[in-house]
Amino acid sequence: MTTTSAAETQTLEVNLGPQHPSTHGVFRMIATLDGETILKLKPVMGYLHRNHEQIGERATYIASFPFTDRLDYFNAMSNNFGLAIAIEKLGGVAASERGEYLRVIMAELTRLLNHAAVTGFLINDMGTFGTPLLYAFREREKILDLFEAASGSRMMCNYVRPGGVREDVPEGWLQQARELVSNFPRFIDEFERLLTDNEILQQRAKHVGVLPKELAINAGITGPMLRASGVNYDVRKVDGYSIYPRFQFKVPLGTVGDVYDRFYVRILEMRESVKILQQALKEVPGGPAISPKGLALVKAPRTFRPAKGEAYGRVEAPKGELGFYLVSDGSPQPYRYHIRAPSFVNLTVLEDMCLGHKVADVIIILGSVDIVLGEVDR
Amino acid sequence: MLPSLDELKSSLEQLLPGVSMAVEGGSLVVPPKDVTAVCRCLKDTDRFRLDYVANLTAVDYPPERIEVVYHLCSMAHKHGPVTLRVKLDRLNPVVDSVTPIWRAAEFQEREVYDLFGVRFAGHPDLRRILMWEGFEGHPMRKDYVPEDQNVL
Repeated sequence: MTTTSAAETQTLEVNLGPQHPSTHGVFRMIATLDGETILKLKPVMGYLHRNHEQIGERATYIASFPFTDRLDYFNAMSNNFGLAIAIEKLGGVAASERGEYLRVIMAELTRLLNHAAVTGFLINDMGTFGTPLLYAFREREKILDLFEAASGSRMMCNYVRPGGVREDVPEGWLQQARELVSNFPRFIDEFERLLTDNEILQQRAKHVGVLPKELAINAGITGPMLRASGVNYDVRKVDGYSIYPRFQFKVPLGTVGDVYDRFYVRILEMRESVKILQQALKEVPGGPAISPKGLALVKAPRTFRPAKGEAYGRVEAPKGELGFYLVSDGSPQPYRYHIRAPSFVNLTVLEDMCLGHKVADVIIILGSVDIVLGEVDR
Repeated sequence: MLPSLDELKSSLEQLLPGVSMAVEGGSLVVPPKDVTAVCRCLKDTDRFRLDYVANLTAVDYPPERIEVVYHLCSMAHKHGPVTLRVKLDRLNPVVDSVTPIWRAAEFQEREVYDLFGVRFAGHPDLRRILMWEGFEGHPMRKDYVPEDQNVL
């Protein structure tokens, strides 16, 4: 080793965001750089903070549903589902059989559209402007059409309720869904042919932003990001909430925990979701879309006064474990209403994954975390 | 399988002499001074192995107390959640941070500090996270009065 020092260099502090397309919203990272290398990276959030929790504590349980659409605004259906599960736990509401099936169908369709969109965005972040993202958005749009037909809105669905769903799906909807699902693997194949073995993608994504298994567990990472690090933990399997135990599906795992694994785990999860959807769409029974107790609750929200107590309901949202913590004091409003947002907690390890990488890698590492600021900031 | 709360309480008290807890409505009430010891024990004992803080938040009960609530799960054994509850003095809420045990608590404790004003001793970077620097007050406290009442 030589004793002469290299040319004098200074570290540089750079703000990435909050107004930048690569941050997927209003998110800021304060990066300390040595040349192009990241020495320190501090996430700054809160630009989209609306104190949803306080608003939720002033409204009835049901009145919070439209607001949950705006948490993770890509996945309104699974947000609704999470709150519905928590309220059902708190108030002892059972769901109708058809309602359960419709909810699971909606939640899995949501997973398809989220994973399609986020892999598209990730490729976009790597510099492939447009094409793969638009392929993904084409499929997403078809699913959103189904959501619109069922709930009246593409993205702010406000559809799932404790006890089932707000309204039964229109005639012919299930057939359309079946067609969409049977065509979906063709899109995944096309997407994979285009991307999975692509040399540029592999060069950019392999061994970048590695998240070791132990750190992932310790930092409470959930969702595809955790599974890409090789930890087998999926709330659908662990809790077996709703009717998930009835379906055959696998939990895809990664081995390295880099950006590529996170990309590929999402692709594989889409294939598993297709399997769940095929089973659910085959078996979906007739009957009411919402149970009588759920219907009473929806029709007269102020009469729903759960006994004093608390409940923590959680679902496997496309981004990870989405939890709702409700405390009741016996009044029509929750005394405490808290949301455990997956993308908020998943950001904990952003710095660890970025250290030592280049600025351009930070963008794709953030893209592979899959954040939505509506949920991070709440 | 995770033992029932009463069994959990008695085995914890056996493992940690001098710690006394209570079971209250589905959760384990831990004295503020013993939080670190209890959490370490829950994480490191093979039987429990609660390696994952699913949720960490607070509930405000004016005028005298604030409760910090922990939902702990195990990714190794796939059980949980176990609910822990720590009752703090509302005028001076301080509790040991669990971030040195679980990194997962880092942002969630910052959020509780920001919105409830609970201070976590030993947290590596206790700053506001959702509200801006220089903001006064803690908006999730029940007696918080918004600056402009006319704004929704």
